Amino acid sequence: MENIKDKARFFVEHYGLAERDLERYLAAALSAGGDYADLYFEYLSSTALSMDESMIKSASQGISAGCGVRVVSGERTGYAYTDDLSSDRILHAARTAALIASAPAKTTVHGFQQTQARSLYPVALPSVDAEISAKVELLMRADKTARAYDPRIKEVRASYADELRNILVVASDGTFAEDSQPLARMNVSCIAKTDGNSARGGAGGGGRVALDFFFGEKNPEFFAKEAARQALLQLDAREAPAGEMEVVLGPGWPGVLLHEAVGHGLEADFNRKKTSAFAGLIGKRVASEKCTVVDNGTMPWRRGSLNVDDEGEPTQETVLIEKGILKGYLSDKLSARLMGIADTGNGRRESYEHIPMPRMTNTYMLAGEDNPEDIIRSVKHGVYAVNFGGGQVDITNGKFVFSASEAYMIEDGQITAPIKGATLIGNGPDVLTRVSMVGNDLKLDEGVGTCGKDGQAVPVGVGIPTLKVDRLTVGGTARKDPGGFMQ
Amino acid sequence: MPTELETRPKLETDLKQIATDIVSRAMKGGATAAECVVREGDEFSTLVRLGQVETLKESGSKSIGVRVFFGQRAASTYSSDFSREGLDRMLKSALELAKITSEDPFSGIPSADQLGQLSGDLDLYHEDVYSLPGADRIDYARRAEKAALDTDPRIKNSEGGSFDAATGHKVFANSHGFIGEYSRSYCSVAAVPIAQNEDGAMQRDYWFSVARTLSKLDAPEKVGRIAAERTLRRLGARKVKTARVPVVFDPMVSTSILEHIFEGINGDSVYRGASFLAGKLGQKIAGDNVTVIDDGTIPGGFGSSPFDGEGIPTRRTVVIENGVLKSYLLNTYTAKKLGLQTTANAARGLAGTPGIGPGNYFLQPGPKSPKELFGGIKDGLYVTEFLGQGVNLVTGDYSRGASGLWISNGELTFPVEEITVAGNLKDLFFNISEIASDLEFRGAVAAPTIRIDGLTVGGE
Repeated sequence: MENIKDKARFFVEHYGLAERDLERYLAAALSAGGDYADLYFEYLSSTALSMDESMIKSASQGISAGCGVRVVSGERTGYAYTDDLSSDRILHAARTAALIASAPAKTTVHGFQQTQARSLYPVALPSVDAEISAKVELLMRADKTARAYDPRIKEVRASYADELRNILVVASDGTFAEDSQPLARMNVSCIAKTDGNSARGGAGGGGRVALDFFFGEKNPEFFAKEAARQALLQLDAREAPAGEMEVVLGPGWPGVLLHEAVGHGLEADFNRKKTSAFAGLIGKRVASEKCTVVDNGTMPWRRGSLNVDDEGEPTQETVLIEKGILKGYLSDKLSARLMGIADTGNGRRESYEHIPMPRMTNTYMLAGEDNPEDIIRSVKHGVYAVNFGGGQVDITNGKFVFSASEAYMIEDGQITAPIKGATLIGNGPDVLTRVSMVGNDLKLDEGVGTCGKDGQAVPVGVGIPTLKVDRLTVGGTARKDPGGFMQ
Repeated sequence: MPTELETRPKLETDLKQIATDIVSRAMKGGATAAECVVREGDEFSTLVRLGQVETLKESGSKSIGVRVFFGQRAASTYSSDFSREGLDRMLKSALELAKITSEDPFSGIPSADQLGQLSGDLDLYHEDVYSLPGADRIDYARRAEKAALDTDPRIKNSEGGSFDAATGHKVFANSHGFIGEYSRSYCSVAAVPIAQNEDGAMQRDYWFSVARTLSKLDAPEKVGRIAAERTLRRLGARKVKTARVPVVFDPMVSTSILEHIFEGINGDSVYRGASFLAGKLGQKIAGDNVTVIDDGTIPGGFGSSPFDGEGIPTRRTVVIENGVLKSYLLNTYTAKKLGLQTTANAARGLAGTPGIGPGNYFLQPGPKSPKELFGGIKDGLYVTEFLGQGVNLVTGDYSRGASGLWISNGELTFPVEEITVAGNLKDLFFNISEIASDLEFRGAVAAPTIRIDGLTVGGE
């Protein structure tokens, strides 16, 4: 086994960690008889800048570091963490977490095997270390472009944030994985005003990229124009309809449908506990045969990608739904062991203060064969939704929502007037059975998605090709066709 | 099973000393003003599922942030590293970073005469949240879950019962010589049962009790039973036809209406014109029956503190009185921008510019009981849960996923789900036709049961 210095360079250099220390901490964690223990070391540095009224009003930087200790005994998990990386404090955390078990120590730890991982985001210079003046320039360019776009654009805010997360995961099963995870994003938000009317538009993007990403095709001008365009469009939006109708989702960010409708429901922890509406449906039809849905943590530079997950396991591409049939769940070490399934490398956590659990990475539907124009043309009366805000799901009854921020009416096969933002609501286990057309234009989102679960936020990606859902409830206000009752 | 967990040794270092040192070192480094915030906290949580301990977590952490000004330029940095080198680096980066920010004529810390803190004990901290022995904490979680499971045979599964306790200590210092600190405690017990129908369809709901002292926490059995009742009543939920009917908001969701008002009248939204309520000071924005108060001074309150995020004593502010917008909620910066006085609502994390947060923020209750409020409704929706956001404060557009119970002839009848509730906040605030008497604080924001007319319920 090579010297630890080759492996955990970062934590050796900053904290003088040696392999025997790691063994000692794990031994303390297992001192009360736990089956498995792991240590998650994290050192996170971050920068955030924001521009408002054409001024850089806020600039901040910070560092947070700590170590989380987990001990698993049967189905039980003990967890403790410390933001002080001295031996004393880590040992104290280890002994606290150890108390989940109550037996003599039975597991010992000798040596580690380094995880062979991909290199999905090999940035030469992490953006956190890049010149801050270049980040300021991004915001100034965005501000200038948005304001110049149209005189009705009155308020512009632009923000930029980046981070570099260095992690080291070691476990009693010999896992030894290190990663250095860059993440950067920028957002532009505009308010357009006319006499007595206002509207907001927003756009943003990023990924596990270096600063030069924002000097390429997805530059400040791109996001600024997009935000301004959306704000102006909303000025003229009319009331959205209410009730069930045909819905066409545009490619990219509307993939949040998959994230809410099926992604969460397929996280293994909910299925182990049989609290998900998808529990027991493996091998069953949950979507039309045009639908194949995957979660893929191995896409280079993507916001949802990881070389290794937060348990030190390499990420992978996992088929969730294949031609409409439910194939598998997203798992972490605990659910894999308890359910007797493979670990898909989806064990993630927000920080060292949090217990890992199964989470999505980049979740998307593979392209189909339909021409997007034919999809629109096939709709008599419906909604075409191309941009979305957030969504939410109740995994137990399967009901999910997602909110359109840019949408249009489709009438007689033609896209007509823009409509106001509306929430769409459906039932996870059957919404995909109503997908009758799948476009050949798969696209992923621009890279600003964050997913929350049990109070833990992690960066994710979503994507779909253009999709037609035959029936979905649209939550507008417009009095609609006869048939629905109104009083 | 653990019987006792080790408790974290109390920190010896004087955090007030660290905060004042950082401020004075910032000033020696050339800053014209500086603020420092230090936070430390401990947390304990346990989850019991189907009678077995599933997770047990116990830890503490602390962190520090500094904000420096060079004239009208400001920047901030933070760290979790309290070593000499860690603090040096934090301070040095702040002083460097301030060079790249813009001169903002409205920036700055409050003037010395505005600073201060409420005297007397606000009753925010009780050590007893940690007084239960480890085994009893687990037992609280177990009892809550068991009560839920025992309520009815249709409660067949559970996401568990939980017990949480936490304490937080906050220190704030600035270059006018302000130094203040306070501690707050919190404990809660919750249950999340799952009910199942004969056809296999599942429903989940929850209930919890939260308090600053263990002595005010509801019995776990009561929490579990209410959680079960709320879950059972959802079984067999169905969609309804699209309709425009009266909608009654359960107190668990009526707070969301207050949150939308807050989003619309906080200084940040107002000065940016990012709210349809901007510029409406002194005007009617809601019906005569609507009075909204923000009060950070209520003893024991979940939103109480002796001073705000900038060191200004908290106060009581009438936000809306009989439908008229009487005051925005402001911090120092947004008050200056709008030519007004701060309402001591500065809220801050470790870094960045201070934001705006509510104190104890509530809708004044009305005279009727919730039952009387249903009484006059022939067909209507009682919403118990919203899904998703779907609210645009710039335009007032409002469209949310919902579930609840259908009201027929004044009575709650069958459960409904997979529906939307939509309208526009501009009208919605005027259409709060009834406000019930059942105001109860379960957090910093509280509202009684309310009835709102004119909303569209979207379904089949």
